Order: sequence, then C-alpha cells, then structure tokens
Amino acid sequence: MIKTKFDYDYYLRKNTLPHIWCPGCGDGIILKALLRAIHKCGYSKDEVVITSGIGCASRLPGYVDFNTIHTTHGRALTFAIGIKMYKPKLKVITISGDGDALAIGGNHFIHAARRNIDMTLIVFNNYTYGMTGGQYSPTQPLDSYSTTTPFGNIEFPFDVCNLAQAAGATWVGRSTSYHAVQLEKFMVSALNHTGFSVLDVITNCHISYGRRNKMKSPVDMVKYQKEKAIAARSAENMSAEELTGRFKTGILFENNDKPEFSSEYYKKLESIKTK
Amino acid sequence: MSKNIKLMQGNEAIAEGALIAGCDFFAGYPITPSSEVAEILSNKLPKIGKVFLQMEDEIAALGAVLGAALGGAKAITASSGPGISLKQEHIGYASMCEIPCVIINVMRGGPSTGLPTLPAQSDIMQARWGTHGDHAIIAITPSGVNESLYETIRAFNLAVKYRTPVMILTDEIIGHMREKVVIPDKSEVEVIDVKLPDVSPEKYTPYNFTSGKVTPLAPMGEGYRYHVTGLIHGDTGFPSQKTEVIQNAENWLIDKIYKNIKDIEKFEEFKVEDADILIVAYGSTSRSARQAVMMARAAGIKAGMFRPITIWPFPEEQISNLSKKIKNILVPEMNMGQVILEVQRNACGSKVYGLNIVNGEPITPDQIYAKIKEISEL
Repeated sequence: MIKTKFDYDYYLRKNTLPHIWCPGCGDGIILKALLRAIHKCGYSKDEVVITSGIGCASRLPGYVDFNTIHTTHGRALTFAIGIKMYKPKLKVITISGDGDALAIGGNHFIHAARRNIDMTLIVFNNYTYGMTGGQYSPTQPLDSYSTTTPFGNIEFPFDVCNLAQAAGATWVGRSTSYHAVQLEKFMVSALNHTGFSVLDVITNCHISYGRRNKMKSPVDMVKYQKEKAIAARSAENMSAEELTGRFKTGILFENNDKPEFSSEYYKKLESIKTK
Repeated sequence: MSKNIKLMQGNEAIAEGALIAGCDFFAGYPITPSSEVAEILSNKLPKIGKVFLQMEDEIAALGAVLGAALGGAKAITASSGPGISLKQEHIGYASMCEIPCVIINVMRGGPSTGLPTLPAQSDIMQARWGTHGDHAIIAITPSGVNESLYETIRAFNLAVKYRTPVMILTDEIIGHMREKVVIPDKSEVEVIDVKLPDVSPEKYTPYNFTSGKVTPLAPMGEGYRYHVTGLIHGDTGFPSQKTEVIQNAENWLIDKIYKNIKDIEKFEEFKVEDADILIVAYGSTSRSARQAVMMARAAGIKAGMFRPITIWPFPEEQISNLSKKIKNILVPEMNMGQVILEVQRNACGSKVYGLNIVNGEPITPDQIYAKIKEISEL
C-alpha cells in the first residue's frame, strides 16, 4: 500500500504532454480520476499494465507512467488477456472508446466478459468516432446526428452496461465525466473487484458530436450529463416514459461468486500437477 | 546425439520444437490443417505450468500472443491461410513494435476458404507483403517433419534475437505427414532466452534505431516501464512525426533483418556444382524436386537443386550467383507463380521457367522431371 501523498505528477509522463485532446474534452477528467483511483488502490507503477485501442481515449496510456500498450483498433482486450494470463499478478486496465470497444472490438468485449477475467475495462463513451471526424458509433442515441448520419440516426444503440452484464461481466457500472468524484469512487470499486469489471463513462465530444446535436460547447455537454444521468436507485421508481433519453448511473451489477478466469486456470494447473 | 527417435506428424513436430525452444504461451483459433498444433499444446503446456488459450478469433489469438510476449513470454500461434489473412493486422503491429513471436502457417489452397484439407504453397507472398506498410519479415519453409521441429526452435531464436515475428510456412502435406524425428535434448540445441536488459530501468529505452543493434525487449512488470504503440515512434517508444525519426524507424525495420541476412539465411544446395539446369524448390515440393534431380541425372541431364530454408529474406545473392553459371532455372511450386518472381528478379543470366500446379495434389517427381526434360531439349 502506498502511503505517500497523492501527486498527479508522480503518475504522469510530463514529457509526453500536452495531450492531443481538444480543449473542454472530458477525457482528461477521466484520466485524472483514474490516477487518483490507482493511487487509492495502492498499486505500484510497475504492477499496472494499461492497454488501449485506437481513438482519442486510447491515447491515454501514452501520458501515464505505467507499463502501457497502445494496441490496434478494438483489440486492446486481447493484449490485456495475453499479459494477464502470462503474469496474473499484474493489474490490467483497458481503455477504450465506444467505437473501439463495441463496434470493431465487440467480439473481444463479450468474450472477455464471458471469461470473467480479472481486469477493468473503462469505456470512454462519447457516442462518436471523434478522432476521425464524428461518424456515428454503436452507442449514438437514436435520431441524433453525425457526419455519417446527416439525416438522423435510425440504428438502435448498445447499452454498454446491459451488454457487459448479459455477456458475463461481474462488475458493471456507469458514471460520467461530470460526476468526477463518483467516477473516482466507482473506479476504485471496479479496480478492487476480482473479475471482469466494465465501467461505462459518459464523456463529452462537443467538437464532433455536440456541435451536430445542439450542444456546441463543453458546458452544454456537461449539462447534458448532469441532467440526463439518473441514479439507478432513483430510476427504480420511474416510468419508462420518464426514463426516455436518460441513462442510469451507479454500480449497476456486481457478482462476487462467479469464478475468475486467470485464477481458475492456474488452479487447474495445480490440480494437473498433483495427479 | 540424442537417441530419442519418434514417428510423428509435422504439426506435432512443430509443437515439440516449440516446447524445446522454451515456448510458454500459445493462443490460437481452430483452423484446418493446423489445429493439431493447438490440440497438442493444449495438452502439453498446462502440464508444465504454462499457458494455452483458445481465443474468440484469429486476430484475438495473435493479440494475446503479443500481450504475453510483452510480458516476456516465448509465444506462438498457429493457423492457416484464411486465419493468417485475419492475423495480418497484428503481424504488422508485431513488426512495428518489434515484439517477438512465432506464427505457424500450415498452408492450404486459397483464396478465401479455398481447399481446407488440401495443400498449397500460396501464402509465400502473403507472408512477405500481407500486412500494410513497409517492413521486413523472417519466414522459414521446412521440407519435412524433422526439419519442422528444428526450424521451429530456430524460429523462436530469431524472433527473440531480432525482435520480430517469424513465420513457419509448412503445408497440409508436411503438417499431416508422419516421419522419423530425432528429438534433441535441450542441451543439444541452441536456445536464445528472453532476458532483462543489461541497463537499469532509468537508462532503458525500448528501441535504439541508430545503434545498428537490436535492443532487448524488457519483459513488462519487471520494473522497466515503457510505452508501446503501433504509431511511428522514436527510441523512447513514444509517437513521433518528426521526419528524421520516421525515416530512421522505417529504415530500421528493414535493415535489422537485411543487414543480418548472413545470420538469418539458410539453404541447401543439391548437386548444383556442375548443373546445367537448376531447380529452385522449397517446402514439400523440394522433396519431389530432389527425386526429379536424381531421375534427370540418371537420364544424363545435369540437374541440381537450390532449396531455400529461410524463404524471407529471400536468398538473393545465392540465386544471383548461381544464375551466372546455370543457363536454365525451373521453379516448381504449388501456387500460380510466387517464388518464381523473386528468382526472376535475381537471376540475371538464366532463363527462368515455372511449374505451377494448384490442383490440390502434391507436385510429383514425374511432373518435375518431365519439365526438366522439356527444358533441356529446347
């Protein structure tokens, strides 16, 4: 357990800054929450591995002083599984955008959840492919606009959390880049969970998404997060109508009974040895 | 020398070779005709406390291999044509980030699903040029079961030494054929191990593009914290768009292989000294070519064979030198003409003929001999 006082500089690779994110982007808030959460969990920098895919969010690992792997589009979880299985003592975190995690990486997402392998996936969910100019993503709300849905989106979006739970993840939560304190708290919980944890973080891309959807400024988008987020407990007593256009936040699902993959694998090896 | 002699299948020999080389991680996806490699390692790796994973798809399999390799594993995957097509994304990543790994391609007929249970040699160019962008690759074409074992060990050594993906290209014939194998003791073969760098973490950079030497890849989780990215990067591993960094990085990926070609190359010459006609053959086809050379010699035609064992980088110098002395070259291969392009490019003085049979059957000695006869009578 690290007892030192928290200092962002200790965890940042300052020579790689400034970051590529646009002014007002929510990704920096998530980065800072992640560093605070890692510090609270007491991990050493050497034992943390962060993998990411491709996209704005996936540039995060370059800025933080851990073992960091900026992989291919959608495949960050596959690298994470490889290193976790080879060195199960490492704390493995994957950073992914919504397109990265759920479109091109959808197969890896459901299978990592199915295995319940001990790692944390943080989805930076801004409803868009920001880096490539704002095309619609698999989480983009119905009827919203993007550079490739100029007449409005008619595809139904994925709910990251429902999908994760259905596929077998054992810790599922959602927060936003507006709820920075809650976000940090959920990250600590997700990191401390043994099994596959998925934290869906609604964040803002006012440049690529907001501008096309009447939320031009970061402030508009932060207000959207504040107003549309509804604590899961409060949502219980609300009608479907009242919940339209809103998203639940909170620790939405937790199961501590399902066996975890990497420990089961090594347990199996022990049982083979003794035979 | 070891007296451990066994009758085994080509795919089994590859698994055996991997274990002798110290392989401690396999991830794959089922595909004919390579599945036995996975099946055998799924049984053997757990018994020695190591990791076997069957992943959700081909891309994930190589992703997991690369993740483990970054942790210091000696990692391998096995597949065949369609699977290798899918893996190309990560073959490029492994090349760019210089992550050692061994990729087995038990070649079958293509394109697309092609001929899952029948042999071909149609992935030679895929091995070299399959992923996007400029890079070099090492690929090895064993011609039999025994050689598959030893070349798999060499593949691991080259992967670690040059920090590169190394491909073994066998085919359905070699993969499923049974032959005598002399299994060496670990003390009888050279095995290059993954080591920690000899500098402290503070002084370590994961790359050194200008030194001319391959920087050892520090296993992650051992105190050497660094960044890996498929973006063009400098010595520190962080992305760069500086023109000199880009050029250096691109040069390096080619140079580290081609400037060490003497260490990487491997070939066999069979009766080439006085040859009037040279057969350039590799993999299973070289077995028929050898027989055809004997048939030609018996009929008074001075035939010889040059057999690349390392097919990439291609033995350009050897072909060039041989072509100065030998008038005619024949390249039989189970594809529509792939290695022949390299031979033509390097054989300045000779006439180069192809024998391209892609009907799902091995090329026979008779077929090659008939072509030798035809050429010699021209």
